[in-house]
Amino acid sequence: MSQPDWDKNTVAQVIESLKDKPGAMLPILHGIQDALGYIPKGSVPLIANALNVSRAEVHGVITFYHYFRDTPPGKHTIHVCRAESCQSMNGSDLEAHAKAKLGIDYHETTADGAFSLEPVYCLGNCGCSPAISVDGEVHGRVSPERFDEILDEVRAQA
Amino acid sequence: MSIKVFIPRDSSALSLGAEKTAKAIAAEAAKRGFDIELVRNGSRGLFYLEPLVEVETAKGRVAYGPVQPKDVSGLFDADFLNGGSHPLNLGLTEEIEYLKKQERLTNARVGITDPVNLEDYLAHDGYKGLANALKLTPAEIVKQVTDSGLRGRGGAAFPTGIKWNTVLNAQGEQKYIVCNADEGDSGTFSDRMIMEDDPFVLVEGMTIAGLAVGATQGYIYLRVEYPHAHKNLNTAIAAAEQAGYLGANICGSGKAFNLEVRLGAGAYVCGEETSLLESLEGKRGLVRYKPPLPAIKGLFGKPTVINNVISLASVPIILDKGGEYYKNFGMGRSRGTLPIQLAGNIKRPGLIEKAFGITLRELLYDYGGGSATGRPIKAVQVGGPLGSFVPESQFDTPLDYEAFAANWAVLGHGGVVVFDDTVNMATMARYAMEFCAIESCGKCTPCRIGSTRGVEVMDKIINNQDRAKNIALLRDLSDVMLNSSLCALGGMTPYPVLSALNHFPGDFGVE
Repeated sequence: MSQPDWDKNTVAQVIESLKDKPGAMLPILHGIQDALGYIPKGSVPLIANALNVSRAEVHGVITFYHYFRDTPPGKHTIHVCRAESCQSMNGSDLEAHAKAKLGIDYHETTADGAFSLEPVYCLGNCGCSPAISVDGEVHGRVSPERFDEILDEVRAQA
Repeated sequence: MSIKVFIPRDSSALSLGAEKTAKAIAAEAAKRGFDIELVRNGSRGLFYLEPLVEVETAKGRVAYGPVQPKDVSGLFDADFLNGGSHPLNLGLTEEIEYLKKQERLTNARVGITDPVNLEDYLAHDGYKGLANALKLTPAEIVKQVTDSGLRGRGGAAFPTGIKWNTVLNAQGEQKYIVCNADEGDSGTFSDRMIMEDDPFVLVEGMTIAGLAVGATQGYIYLRVEYPHAHKNLNTAIAAAEQAGYLGANICGSGKAFNLEVRLGAGAYVCGEETSLLESLEGKRGLVRYKPPLPAIKGLFGKPTVINNVISLASVPIILDKGGEYYKNFGMGRSRGTLPIQLAGNIKRPGLIEKAFGITLRELLYDYGGGSATGRPIKAVQVGGPLGSFVPESQFDTPLDYEAFAANWAVLGHGGVVVFDDTVNMATMARYAMEFCAIESCGKCTPCRIGSTRGVEVMDKIINNQDRAKNIALLRDLSDVMLNSSLCALGGMTPYPVLSALNHFPGDFGVE
């Protein structure tokens, strides 16, 4: 499958600005994902070249970490917490509701490109379980009804 | 003169609508012509009352909560800016029982100050520890920490002073201080609260650690799930640099210490110290063999102090008031205080910093008020996803590393997750294996393969397939994981699994 066009200049700039840091790999990967929303497969040789490591090494790092992705995300990314504290407050029901409401499973994006759904193992909001985050903003005590409200609020912001 | 109104910017408060509340109060004040100064403080950690709004009065700060935008107009009608009575009025914040009974040493400023305001930090005893440390030799600083009895708060409870001493005596022109801020355990949020709500205390603690062992560079390895902590840490670091508390010449002492935040990328195993170091070096987070210890060969092969956020954030008060002061809190070999995080299915969740020795029962009922659902509490999981499930019969156990170990449980990072009687413990045991399979770094076989086989065996037990035989197999597998995994991920996953089985055999279909 061909990758969508990606912004090679931005990737090159990120690499150039960070490559001399000690242990530059993760800062570079974050920099690219912050700028583009994902790490295009085509950027792997550029990173490998700049850091003097093999492409396999770069690929290994990208795929080791759950947070890094090599496909473009939806406009908004929703993380639903699956960890114990959220489970104790019916988090499993919330997970099922989120999947049904969006019509997708984890690691998928809605057909309209609006939402990506990802699992997360703790948002550090365990005093307000169950929790989700939308584009990095955490929401607590999320009932299925509240989940729907949050979706509406996010859509309205669009 | 303007009236000070405090509305938290802590992510848990924000997750319950604090931002909307703040906007509503600002708008209403403008509409009514009141001159208020809105301070965005940290959270007091009383999450059942968030968003908690406080007003500064002559008698002290008066609390109102939980305050939603719809309550705002009524609060103004009730003259809340002068502490007026209202159904949401909780009285003086410091007098709220939940807070009043605590012993806040590490979290002394949390919820009180504006987290990123250096002036505010200094006005509340900030940088007193560093001032003392600058008058001491490295060995004297280490001695204060050793005397305090502080043990690693990340979970392993290794004496911090001994670790520092090893690095102090290690040879190397470059040494590092690394803060493990990869707080991935479910039920824990005290690292997050320190970093969001009082980031300077961590910066100060790391600076003191640098002086103590002769390290000039520090890294905070922060989990990516904490964007607010990231922002506040960077703001605090910039302010500290600006004011000469970080950089080439700390407070004119001629000593250098620099600090940088690095983000993780959603790997739980990177909370394991050697995996974290690999990640900081830009590699996959594969666990290293020990020895060599990180204190001898750590980051980039150099002597490295690696400590948890709470350990490092406890150092400033130890250097301010002395090791003896800190040591006088606690019990047995567990000295000082522990920021306990009460979470999950609990009526009054929150941050409770107490001296070691409080019992689970006091926490769950006196502080927590029982379960959120009102149903009986069946079990609590203490110490994160690798901690044992503790049944009601053990609720009188005091929070003490050794007392928990005697019950084959762990205190870990002080997270307590509460479950009511609707929980099925076989499901939780299966989840523990599943989590291990998802998060295993893959380096050692017992963890990588054992966890996957563990999920399969749990499925068979749950589906009543050769149950007796499979329970024997589960125990056998757990034994292998316990005794031959490379790190705590594989090595401790059997804690939740076997504790669930041993305390709640009925849920596994065992009579």
